Amino acid sequence: MSDAEPDAELDAELGLEPIWPATRNGVLRDAAGVGLATGAYGLSFGAISSSAGLSVLQTCVLSLVMFTGGSQFAMVGVIGGGGAAMTGAATAIMLGVRNAFYAVRMSSILDTSGWRRPGAAQLTIDESTAMAVARTTVRSSRLAFWATGGSVYVFWNLATLIGALSAHALSNPRVLGLDAAAPAAFLALMSPRLRSREPWVVALTAAAVALISVPFVPNGVPVLFAAGVAVIAGVRPSPATSPDGHGKGAR
Amino acid sequence: MWLAIAVGCVGCFALKLVGYSLPRRVIEQPVVKHVAELLPVALLTALIATQTFTTGHHLQLDARAAGLVAAAIAVRFKAPFLVVVAVACVVTALVRVVAS
Repeated sequence: MSDAEPDAELDAELGLEPIWPATRNGVLRDAAGVGLATGAYGLSFGAISSSAGLSVLQTCVLSLVMFTGGSQFAMVGVIGGGGAAMTGAATAIMLGVRNAFYAVRMSSILDTSGWRRPGAAQLTIDESTAMAVARTTVRSSRLAFWATGGSVYVFWNLATLIGALSAHALSNPRVLGLDAAAPAAFLALMSPRLRSREPWVVALTAAAVALISVPFVPNGVPVLFAAGVAVIAGVRPSPATSPDGHGKGAR
Repeated sequence: MWLAIAVGCVGCFALKLVGYSLPRRVIEQPVVKHVAELLPVALLTALIATQTFTTGHHLQLDARAAGLVAAAIAVRFKAPFLVVVAVACVVTALVRVVAS
């Protein structure tokens, strides 16, 4: 986190950094707040993963190593719905595509030489990217990225463990309506993206394709068919160009 | 299961790393960007639809649908994430109690 020093002087010379201590405290406070908030998602991820049949260890490994919420929810969602684990992994990877675009954006802000690159890559998620690009100076952007990424990492993993342990203690998750938790989580994750007509059309078509194919193909595969809908719609020439920052906030 | 977890983890990490390693213009093609924006929408809706309206290989309308409607209302009123999830669970559980 202290690797931002050299550019800090540059920012100061350019007069972009009025009061660093105040800015720094603000960034750190925001990072802690975002970390706590995603901890709440972590609780439900732990619980959903456990009731999908993954062990506490498997659940925690997903949060520690995969560390990208949407993909983790999708993976355990497919498995919980009776799909093959590998189909779940494929769905998770497709949902992780957006992180590559966050990484492109962050690579112009961060100094990611040597050992820092894998570290930065691991922490490149919705929250850290959103907090970093919202800052106006290089120094505060870098601090926001590392502080938010680190804070989310800690809270997300702690919450996953607590969620997994508490759901494990329940005998029948259906009694508590826990089988409705995953779709509700997906709905909350997706809703910020439905801001124009095109995503609505894609969403409804994807849902229809998935439901129609359910009786005929193995579990989990209908979701992969739905990915085909996105690819066809995306490749098709479209007059609408998306506004910047369209793909944010969907952990 | 462990193999799938490993594949998923490696795949997701590789995607993050590729963004730092590839030249921008390779990855920032308009078509690639457009598909990447639509993918989450399609995948998440398909997950919602299959997990709410199917059991095994059958379409089924049950208490989960009520939970999803409740969740949608909560989202509409900008409820926090955990509240959305909790509302869906409580409504689903209540409908089951009432129905049985």
